[in-house]
Amino acid sequence: MLYRETGQFKPTYQADQAIFPIAQDRWFITAVLAVAFLVVPLLIDDYWANAIFLPFLAYALAAIGLNILTGYCGQVSLGTGGFMAVGAFSAFKLMTAFPDLNFIIVVILAGGVTALVGVLFGLPSLRIKGFYLAVATLAAQFFLVWLFNKVGWFINYNATGQVTAPPVEFFGVLIIGPEATPPARYLFCLAFVAVFALAAKNIVRGRIGRSWMAIRDMDIAAELIGIRPLEAKLSAFAVSSFYVGMAGALYFAVWLGAAEPGEAFGIEQSFFVLFIIIVGGLGSILGSFLGAAFMVLMPILLKNFMVNGIGVEVVTAKHVEITTMGILIVFFLIVEPHGLARLWQITKEKLRLWPFPH
Amino acid sequence: MSPDFLFFLEIIVSGLMAGVMYSLVALGFVLIFKASGIFNFAQGVLCLFAALALYDFIAPGGWVDRWFGFTLPVWLGIIMTAGVMVIVAWLIERLVLRYLVNQAPIILFMATIGLAYVLEGMGDILFGSDVKPLDIGLPQGASDYMLDTFGLYVEKLEIVAAFVAAALVAVLAVFFQKTRIGRALRAVADDHQAALSVGISLRTIWVIVWSVAGIVAMVAGIMWGSKSGVQFSLSLIALKALPVLILGGFTSVPGAIIGGLIIGVGEKLAEIYVGPLFGGAIENWFAYMLALAFLLVRPQGLFGEKIIERV
Repeated sequence: MLYRETGQFKPTYQADQAIFPIAQDRWFITAVLAVAFLVVPLLIDDYWANAIFLPFLAYALAAIGLNILTGYCGQVSLGTGGFMAVGAFSAFKLMTAFPDLNFIIVVILAGGVTALVGVLFGLPSLRIKGFYLAVATLAAQFFLVWLFNKVGWFINYNATGQVTAPPVEFFGVLIIGPEATPPARYLFCLAFVAVFALAAKNIVRGRIGRSWMAIRDMDIAAELIGIRPLEAKLSAFAVSSFYVGMAGALYFAVWLGAAEPGEAFGIEQSFFVLFIIIVGGLGSILGSFLGAAFMVLMPILLKNFMVNGIGVEVVTAKHVEITTMGILIVFFLIVEPHGLARLWQITKEKLRLWPFPH
Repeated sequence: MSPDFLFFLEIIVSGLMAGVMYSLVALGFVLIFKASGIFNFAQGVLCLFAALALYDFIAPGGWVDRWFGFTLPVWLGIIMTAGVMVIVAWLIERLVLRYLVNQAPIILFMATIGLAYVLEGMGDILFGSDVKPLDIGLPQGASDYMLDTFGLYVEKLEIVAAFVAAALVAVLAVFFQKTRIGRALRAVADDHQAALSVGISLRTIWVIVWSVAGIVAMVAGIMWGSKSGVQFSLSLIALKALPVLILGGFTSVPGAIIGGLIIGVGEKLAEIYVGPLFGGAIENWFAYMLALAFLLVRPQGLFGEKIIERV
């Protein structure tokens, strides 16, 4: 009885095509956003920000990016870590070269640079597909990380091989650096992610998104009905990399503060983000958030349970964590290959009829 | 022979030998991909798992030694390890693959990544994560014969690896072409449904294929383990085998071998002659770039089946 759209008439096409055509959905999302923007900043402290909220937001943005490419356009990519590195290092270079530049512009420019690199590495997708492409994107991953390790210019010739984000003020409030308060860092990321998630949702509903999906479902048929594979694939690579690059910039500058290319942007990152979209749901913006929440929270809960709960040694707990992660992924793939987003959809459908069975 | 040419020859030979090692890993990928269309990311971890198991059977300080106070002879250890790999293959089919029939290839690929994590974690929990020297009596050091006759420095172990790889390919070829099971495997590779309809059990075939791939992984694991010790990085050689695969084609056994040799030689040559221009350490990505450049010319790899698409 709670979730029923009976009686909600849509007199205009605009109302019919809204992102959330059902009133209950609108209330729900407004409530979630209100909690995220108003309640969480009051409660957040350093631990919560660093361990849960900032990684969640950064990974959610990266997952949206990868989801656009893999979930909507069907091009499997294992180069996410490399593209995040591009975003992070462009942000770093911009921040140190133009200290007065507004950080919003820095992040967006970093995304733009990554989009260019993404298009470059997306070119092979015009010739090859499937697993051949997946392996080809690994080239991007290894090459980019090697490049940032090797060329001193990217890290401003820092002898330690590390880069550290300089403190940044945003309209008088410190958002980056050790002095920045958790609510400020959190709110900045949240605003960014919220705006760009909305943008992504609208892109994938529109003409471009539909052409991506047509390419994903069958590229030859899509070509026959007049979709240019060149435009569709390369635009998917560009938009996807743009998001991944911004995520990399936030990941490095706001969350970590300091990074070393090999460690922070290795192939594990690529897999981690791929796991997020698989667990969350391929081809779903909501799924990117659900998956990110799951993949960020799961290891923390597991570790707390094992180390503090039943007193397992930390090293063993790490191994058990890896095993459990593997088991969970296989379990998810078997039980619900369409991910958490699909579970959410099923729940909503059940709710519509509740308390009646049919 | 001039020293320069000799040096060049030495690079070629060492590249070929390294290529053989890549081929050994790539072979396992090809077998599984041919028979089930699954891109098995866990192949590298299977190598690690096999090497760890073998270590615990035969080495002093391993499980058998600690529990029973003696170590198994090498041949028995290898047979036991092969048995372990068959059990692993059976478990994988029983617990994972059985439920994923008819899923999209990307889903199966992801499942094998999950599998890799499980095997890696399990391997660490069961066998411990420190580096272990694996010594099964393979010759070590430089070959005196090659050094004296041609003035070339070649590792004995690598020569053995080349022979083992050749033997393995020969055995696999006979197995696939001449035996009943081999015929069934080829039938499944050609067409799942047609194979099912003539009475071939898909499940049995998958267990067999994964067992064979597991045993190939064991051979690769032994070779790599003898060369550089059994350690976690062994599972990363799977990443090195991927460019070999796309170069040779996912579906071709000879492709895996020749692709491995090309990558091995190309990598060594590039490291020596091109590497200094970029500041070295290009080995990590050069193979991928080579494979990528190659794919642009021939999207299905050297020996892969031509991709025919129908609407």
